[in-house]
Amino acid sequence: MADNKLIARLYEKMLLIRRVEERIAEVYHTDIIKSPVHLSIGQESIAVGACDALNADDIVSNTYRCHATYIAKGGDLNQMMAELYGKSGGCAGGKAGSMHLIDMPNGIMGASAVVGTTIPVAAGYSWALKQDAKKSGKQRIVLAFFGDGATEEGCFSETLNFAALKKLPIIFLCENNRLAIHSKIENRWSDRNIRNRVEAYGIETSYVGDGDVLKVRQSIINAASKVRTGNGPHFIECETYRWKEHVGPGDDVKEVYRNDGEYERWRANDQIEKFEKMLAADEVKKIKGNVEKQIKEAEAFASKSPFPSAEELLKNAFAA
Amino acid sequence: MPLQHKTKPKADENLRLIRYVDALAEAVSQEMERDPKVFLFGLDVDDHKAIQGSTAGLLDKFGADRIFGTPLSEDAMTGFAVGAAMAGYRPIHVHIRMDFMMLCMNQLVNMAAKSHYTFNGQVRVPMVVRTMIGRSWGQGAQHSQALHSMFMHVPGLKVVAPSNAHDAKGCMIAAIRDDNPVIFMEHRLLCNKEAYVPAESYEVELGKGRVLIEGNDITIVAISHMLVEAQRARKHLEKIGITAEIIDPISLKPLDIDLIVKSVKKTGRLLVVDNGWLTCGAAAEILTQVIEKLPNGLNGKVIPMARMGFAETTCPTTKPLEDLFYPRGRTIAARAYELIRDDGATDWLPTSDERTEIEEFKGPF
Repeated sequence: MADNKLIARLYEKMLLIRRVEERIAEVYHTDIIKSPVHLSIGQESIAVGACDALNADDIVSNTYRCHATYIAKGGDLNQMMAELYGKSGGCAGGKAGSMHLIDMPNGIMGASAVVGTTIPVAAGYSWALKQDAKKSGKQRIVLAFFGDGATEEGCFSETLNFAALKKLPIIFLCENNRLAIHSKIENRWSDRNIRNRVEAYGIETSYVGDGDVLKVRQSIINAASKVRTGNGPHFIECETYRWKEHVGPGDDVKEVYRNDGEYERWRANDQIEKFEKMLAADEVKKIKGNVEKQIKEAEAFASKSPFPSAEELLKNAFAA
Repeated sequence: MPLQHKTKPKADENLRLIRYVDALAEAVSQEMERDPKVFLFGLDVDDHKAIQGSTAGLLDKFGADRIFGTPLSEDAMTGFAVGAAMAGYRPIHVHIRMDFMMLCMNQLVNMAAKSHYTFNGQVRVPMVVRTMIGRSWGQGAQHSQALHSMFMHVPGLKVVAPSNAHDAKGCMIAAIRDDNPVIFMEHRLLCNKEAYVPAESYEVELGKGRVLIEGNDITIVAISHMLVEAQRARKHLEKIGITAEIIDPISLKPLDIDLIVKSVKKTGRLLVVDNGWLTCGAAAEILTQVIEKLPNGLNGKVIPMARMGFAETTCPTTKPLEDLFYPRGRTIAARAYELIRDDGATDWLPTSDERTEIEEFKGPF
C-alpha cells in the first residue's frame, strides 16, 4: 500500500491538471485563450504516474495534448497560462500556444502538432544524454509520451529500430486512448497488440490497462532502472480515455464515434475520485485550496503579462 | 581548362591543391578536434568508400561514437539529429543524394527550422545536412534533383552551395559553428575538382558571395556546378570581345544581394544560371531581389536580365536528352550574347564545350 505522502502528492498533481483544464474549458468562450486546446481530462493519471517516477533532471518529450505532461513534469503553471493567453510571459513568449508547451529548465521538451514527430527527436536527445553520461557517469533518461495514432507514423517504427540498435536510454510511453481525432483504433490497426510489434525490434514492453496511477508509476520505476543502466529502450502501453472532444473545450461523449459504455466505464474508474477517498477530509480540503490558489495565481500572472511587442515578430527566426 | 579558383593567390606555403571532398573531410576533422560535440552520421559514412572520400579517415581518428552509419530511416534520422542538437550536440547528417531529403521534410521544415522561433529561443538546432546533387551517366529522375529552392523558402533554414574546394572547407566550418540548421549542397561533379585550400581552419561567412572573375559587360550569377559552366561561357564570350563578371553567391540563404546589385550596376546586365528548375526557384528569387533594389532600372533604362536552369521536366537518363536538360557553357554564352545585343539577335552559338568532368564521369555513383 502506498504511503499517505505519495497518495497526497499524486492526488494533488492529478487534481491540478484536472482543475486547470476545467478552468480552461470554463473560460474558453471568452476568447481569453488564444489557442486551440487539446484537453487531457481523463488521462491525467498516465502523465502523473509516469513523471513521478522520474528524476527532476530527466527529460520528457510530449505531444500537442501536452497540458497534463507539462504540469506533471513540473512545468511552470504561470508560464503555461500566459502562453495560452498569447502573452509575452508565456513559456514561449506567446509564440507557441497550447500545442507546443516547453520548459527546458524543468526537462520538458517542446511538443509538436504533427503527430509522431517528436518521437525521433526524443531519441536524439537520449543519444546525447548517453554521450554525456560517458563523461559525467550519471545517466539521465528521456521519457517520450505519444498517443496510439503516433505509432502509425513511419518515424515511430524507424525510431524503435534505431533506439534498440544503439541501446538508447529512452522509455517510449504510448497513451492509448484508442481515438485518433474521431477514428477508432479498430479502423486503424491490423493487430490490436502493439506490444508484439514493438517486441519484434528487441525492445522489452509492459502494459497498464486500467489507468491506475500507482501501476503506471511502478512500471516506469521498473523500466527506468533498466534503461538507466544501459539495457536499452523500454516500451509501455498505458490504456486511458479522453473525456473531452479531440480539440476544444466541449463534451462529445454521446457522439457516434465513441464505443457504447466506454466513457461511463472510465468515468467510474476516475483516479482522482478514487484518491480523494483515500485521504482525510481536511487534507483533501487543504490540497483543493492549494490547487485553486495556484490556478488563480497563474491566471493573474497571465492577465498582467503584456502581449509581445511588434519587434518580437522576427526575433529568433534565426539563432544569432 | 584551368578554373579561376585554381589560380594560386600569392605565395602561401599553407595552400595545397586539394579536391573538394578532401576539403570537406579536412573541415569536419578540424572542427571535430576543436569541439567534442561535433559528430557526423548517415548511411555509409563509415564504409570503405567514405562518401566519395569526403569522410575518409574520420572513423579511425574519432571512433564509432562520433562517426557512424545508420539504418536508412531518413525521417527518423533527421529527427534524431534535431534532438541531439537540442541537447547541445552539433550533428552533421550526410545524404549521398539530395533526392532522399524528401523523406526528411517533416523534421527539417516542422522541427529543425521552427524550434528556435516557436520555443522562443529555449532551444537551438545547430545541425548541418550534407547533401549531394547527382548528374550524368544516367542519374536520372531521382538521383539528380537540386531542391535548394524548397529549403530557401522556409524561414529558419540556411542554404549554402559552395562551388569549389576552398569555399567547401570554409563554408563547412562556418556551417558547423552556426547555431541554425544549414542545408549544405554539394554536387557529384564537383567532388574531384581541385582548388587551393589553406591548411589552417577558416570560415567562409554564410551570407557572403564572391566575384569569382571580374568582367564589364554582363553579370552572370551561377549556382553550384553551373559555376563551372558559366566559366566555360565566359571563355566563349571572351573570344568575341565580351567580358562577363562571374558571381558565386556561395550562400543562397542568406543571400548576398548587395554583391550582385553592385555588379549589375557596373555591367548593366544580369543572367542567373541555376543548377535547378526555374519556377519559384533560386534564379527567380535573385532576379526579384535585384528588381526590388533597382526598381527604376539603371539610368532610366530597363536592365536586360534573364534566367536559365534545368528544363521544366524530369531529368531523363539517356545522354542526348540529358545534355539538353542542363544549361551548358555554349548555351549560357549565347543567352548572355542575346542580352548584350539587346536586339533579340540569336545568330551566335559557340560550337563546342570542353566538358571534362561531365564526360569523365562514369558512374555508377
